[in-house]
Amino acid sequence: MNIDGTIEFIAALFMLAGSIMALISAIGIIRLPDVFTRSHAGTKSSTLAVLLTLIGAFIYFASNQGFYSVRLLLGIAFVFLTAPVAGHVITRAAYRANVKMADTTVEDELKDVMDQVREEAEKERSETGEVIIEDEKVSDKEHSR
Amino acid sequence: MVQGMLTVALTFYGISICISVFRIIIGPSLPDRIVALDMIGVMLVSSIAIVSVMLTTTAFLEVILILAILAFISTIAFSKYIERGVILEYRRDD
Repeated sequence: MNIDGTIEFIAALFMLAGSIMALISAIGIIRLPDVFTRSHAGTKSSTLAVLLTLIGAFIYFASNQGFYSVRLLLGIAFVFLTAPVAGHVITRAAYRANVKMADTTVEDELKDVMDQVREEAEKERSETGEVIIEDEKVSDKEHSR
Repeated sequence: MVQGMLTVALTFYGISICISVFRIIIGPSLPDRIVALDMIGVMLVSSIAIVSVMLTTTAFLEVILILAILAFISTIAFSKYIERGVILEYRRDD
């Protein structure tokens, strides 16, 4: 096997590893109990799957055709940046929309903080909060001047 | 050898996309379905990469970028749609 064949074999091995990671994350997304754990499966391991596959494709095109694709590198960087952000945003929306957690959930530390924030907001609104806030804004502007 | 490995990888991606479609169908809540949709978009990106390697053409590489951007934007839009219903009002400092 010559050197090009070896490099192509390594690229195909990268892609096979990526597809195995994708299969593992699909098993996670069907087996885990609630949306928060499912987003753990659907975000991290599928990001790793895409990274491995695109790196394999990059190596293949670089060795086979001598074509160093900037678009593949851009795709790698973009998926690597955006997939965790998307997972975080959708989990945050799920928590705010009161999606039910699994029965085996031990602790919800965010609930106390959210209750506290809600109470503070209501108190601020009831005690003629608007006037106070406007005064604060005026004083802030004076400070900035 | 290489073609066989690529075929196996594409089959694995197909199986995982089918499992995600199953989760979209049975998913109890809307965020479940969106997590699975995001995962389908991401897997579609990598299966397009494998198809373009199998056909040894670089014509499909633009599709990868555009599909990744579309999956991200649709996930953000869906989560904003979910969050709009029961949002707490926060007073932010200037």
